[in-house]
Amino acid sequence: MEASKTGLAGVLDLLRPRTTWGQLVGGVLCLMLGFAVVAQVQTTKRDTTFATARQDELVGILSDLGQRSERLRGDLRDLEETKGKLERDAQGGTALEEARERATTYGLLAGTLPAEGPGIELRIDDTRHGVRAMHLLDALQELRDAGAEVIQINEVRAGVDTYFLDEQDEVQVDGRLLRAPYVLLAIGDPHTMTTALNIPGGVVKTLRGAGAAVSIDPRAKISVSAVRSR
Amino acid sequence: MIALIGLAIGVALGFVFEPTVPLWLQPYLPIAIVAALDAMFGGVRARLEGIFDEKVFVVSFVSNTIIAALIVFLGDQLGVGSQLSTGVVVVLGIRIFANAAGIRRKLFGA
Repeated sequence: MEASKTGLAGVLDLLRPRTTWGQLVGGVLCLMLGFAVVAQVQTTKRDTTFATARQDELVGILSDLGQRSERLRGDLRDLEETKGKLERDAQGGTALEEARERATTYGLLAGTLPAEGPGIELRIDDTRHGVRAMHLLDALQELRDAGAEVIQINEVRAGVDTYFLDEQDEVQVDGRLLRAPYVLLAIGDPHTMTTALNIPGGVVKTLRGAGAAVSIDPRAKISVSAVRSR
Repeated sequence: MIALIGLAIGVALGFVFEPTVPLWLQPYLPIAIVAALDAMFGGVRARLEGIFDEKVFVVSFVSNTIIAALIVFLGDQLGVGSQLSTGVVVVLGIRIFANAAGIRRKLFGA
């Protein structure tokens, strides 16, 4: 073994050709390494999405695509059916039906129609006046996130432009003063909404922290009668 | 020197032939390459430190690549392939850094 050298001398020493069997084998190995690196890089460049994905990832992607195509096929069936009906009826009865259905859906979303369905009643008893507009807004947003389609706060129907305002000890919603207890009626999946409200550090926890008593009552039928004026 | 020439020829060959990595080798080749890189850096470091041994280099090069690929293969069989390959890459990466630090110390004395 040669003595170790540092700096430039070391590098030059590295480059000095020596022809022994070991050197040749090392050279061949490095040749294979270079070849493999280029091959791998080219392969990665060619197809980055699926070639490098592992089996379980591919299975996930495939099942996603399967579900998606199933859903789209369902949509296609519905649309074909509608198309067939529209073609068959000359009086425009089906078209009218469709338009009415759509008007009902939009009316529910916009809050101009009363609604009925499974949902929850969220009751906030605020004897200590600790509940602020922020808390009610959080509750409303949480319910919306959890898939509530129709929401009523006391006698006010929530819409896209619903706002909350602090007014001394009370809270104003859409310009109307709310009196405690606050009752939020929400139509949607009761289980999902209950879970969403009850998550640790979530709406219920915050409200209780503000000194309010909160109760959630899932019901098979909630009727929301308040409507927004057009 | 011969190793460097070999590396250059290998890269050139790769560009000339544009090989496709066979499907069964695709999960293991990247790991094997990283293992080989580690062995190469280790070889350069040993050379600079004057303790380079051709036999050790060749054996470690071959065994490292094969073991790395084997670990990933075993992981795939056990259903933890992606996690194990991450682990192997992390370990080899650390070793490459350590070797690079050794080389740097020898070359620049810092």
